[in-house]
Amino acid sequence: MLKQTVAVCALLGAAGVAGMTAPVQAEELVVSNWDGYMAPDAIEAFNEATGNDAELVLHATNEEIMGKLIASKGRGYDVVFVSSPFAEVLHNLGLAEELDHDKIPNLDNLYAQAQELKHDPGNTFSVPYAWGTTGLCYRSDLLEEEPTSWMALLDPSDEVTGKTTMLATDRWLLAAGLLAKGYSVNETDPEKLQEVRDLLIEAKKTLLAYDDTTFYAKLVSGEAELVQAWDGWCNYGIAENADIKYVVPEEGSDLWVDTMVILKNAENKEAAYEFVNFMLDPENHGWAAENILYKVPNEPAMASLSEEMLETYPNMAMSPDALMQYEQLRDVGEDQRTYSRIVSEIKAAN
Amino acid sequence: MADRKPLYLMTPALAWLTAFMVVPCLLVLALAFFRRGIYGGIEYTFTLETIALVFDPLYASIFIKSALIAGLAGLIASVIGYSAAYAIAAMPARRQPLLLFFAVLPFWSNYLVRTYAWIVLLNREGLITALARYLGYDGEMPRMLYTESAVVIGLVYNYLPFVILACYAPLSRLNPEIAEASRDLGGSAWTTFRRITLPMTAPGIATGFVFVFVLSIGNFVTPALLGGGQFQMIGNLVYAQFLTANDWPFGAALSMVLIAVMMGLLTLQTFVSERASGARTKEA
Repeated sequence: MLKQTVAVCALLGAAGVAGMTAPVQAEELVVSNWDGYMAPDAIEAFNEATGNDAELVLHATNEEIMGKLIASKGRGYDVVFVSSPFAEVLHNLGLAEELDHDKIPNLDNLYAQAQELKHDPGNTFSVPYAWGTTGLCYRSDLLEEEPTSWMALLDPSDEVTGKTTMLATDRWLLAAGLLAKGYSVNETDPEKLQEVRDLLIEAKKTLLAYDDTTFYAKLVSGEAELVQAWDGWCNYGIAENADIKYVVPEEGSDLWVDTMVILKNAENKEAAYEFVNFMLDPENHGWAAENILYKVPNEPAMASLSEEMLETYPNMAMSPDALMQYEQLRDVGEDQRTYSRIVSEIKAAN
Repeated sequence: MADRKPLYLMTPALAWLTAFMVVPCLLVLALAFFRRGIYGGIEYTFTLETIALVFDPLYASIFIKSALIAGLAGLIASVIGYSAAYAIAAMPARRQPLLLFFAVLPFWSNYLVRTYAWIVLLNREGLITALARYLGYDGEMPRMLYTESAVVIGLVYNYLPFVILACYAPLSRLNPEIAEASRDLGGSAWTTFRRITLPMTAPGIATGFVFVFVLSIGNFVTPALLGGGQFQMIGNLVYAQFLTANDWPFGAALSMVLIAVMMGLLTLQTFVSERASGARTKEA
């Protein structure tokens, strides 16, 4: 009997305990990033170019690295890659370094727009690494008409009913409904949120699944025909099937931004600055655009992309001005519980 | 003087469990009594609000739903598993080890891989559909994947070996002479099964059922993959609190209630089966 209890506890405890273990051993420079989010040899190239001794650790989600950083007060890491709302939280918790721009000359490579992002105007504590939109990704050969509105997903025609997926993550799931209703993606008015909840409960009845990770594969196999997707991930589908297309619905999108943050408690700040500067080098930053198919806010890096690539992946050609018309997801603080409660209500509804 | 050997032998296991299970579990559960910090951290002020939140109708209904799904999985697994165990126990003794080996064979592969295999099988463009098409059926196939049934199927499949093993033990130990005596005294095969075999092996069924129920109610992989994220079980809710909502106190509070339910059931099961075996010993 004890064995079962152990298994059960281990399962339940694992998530929490993971965050409570000691931070990674302090090396010369510790960088935490998502798997595959920079060139496989980036760290090695950085060490060779600068004589530093950097080490890469991986996190699977923003929440995972945030858990570790909050538990260790940011010790044990020098540079972390997180999405903008989380960079904002690190700043609010006093864990993010106030950036000394003189130490990051390559900041000049950023588009002017990328230096005035709402979560951090003037890049005082975060440096944008990749940015993009969340819209509709679909099989143009299977749909009778091209979708133009979020309602094509939320109130689908009979033909696509049961062949749509939505993102499972709280904020993006709600963003689809908020945008469809014309509200802010950071709306906190309870009445508006109830309206969106009701809309999304109706939408759930027509859904194949909530899916954050394999939606483009479902499009490729034809199991799904219309999905809510991040532009970069839709590109993975396009790479496998040219009939897959991406559109930002007429009601708009959110502007998501993934950033690099140097931690205030970093053991080796000089090297941390060098690393951020190194990543902003057009060639290194361009690697992400070419290989991960995400837009990067680096002007020379984007200019170096081939015509052919922009034709194959039209959303890669989206201009910074076009991106800037969309609202960024911001940290909603206390209202996070309301958001996750609404998502629970949607998922518990029949 | 009492023999100290058992104590010495048990110490490493107890120390290990205390250090690596009891202490970490308690540390996580303790979070349930604190507030969620505004930015997702933990604010160390005592509160019972978080625990009260678990009993909110919304979350209570997710608990009940999870219990119903786990109960259904337990029931189906008990029926299938008991029949299989009965059949194995009825086989010639030399074949039984091989059959048991086959029953536990799935445990040798990874849980995720086994669950993904069901996706390959059940999806709209999957093997079952392909087979139906091959056999000449060209109507609309019913939706199989991302349904509640798919979740129940996945749970039954994954935990069936537990029931087979739990039922096989009492069935194989059953003295065949008792059944013979019943037949000699005029009991039909059905009466013998109903009045002799079934009651004597009921603790095995109860053990199997409780295993499946307890493992199912906290499961989060199967509902996420086979339910397409549309059927939130309590395990998924706990997972979401820790990994997406960054609300550790609430995640801890949910886990605490879940662990209490599981412990309660496991204790009940141990008590019942011990009483049953005690009764048998007295009879013998």
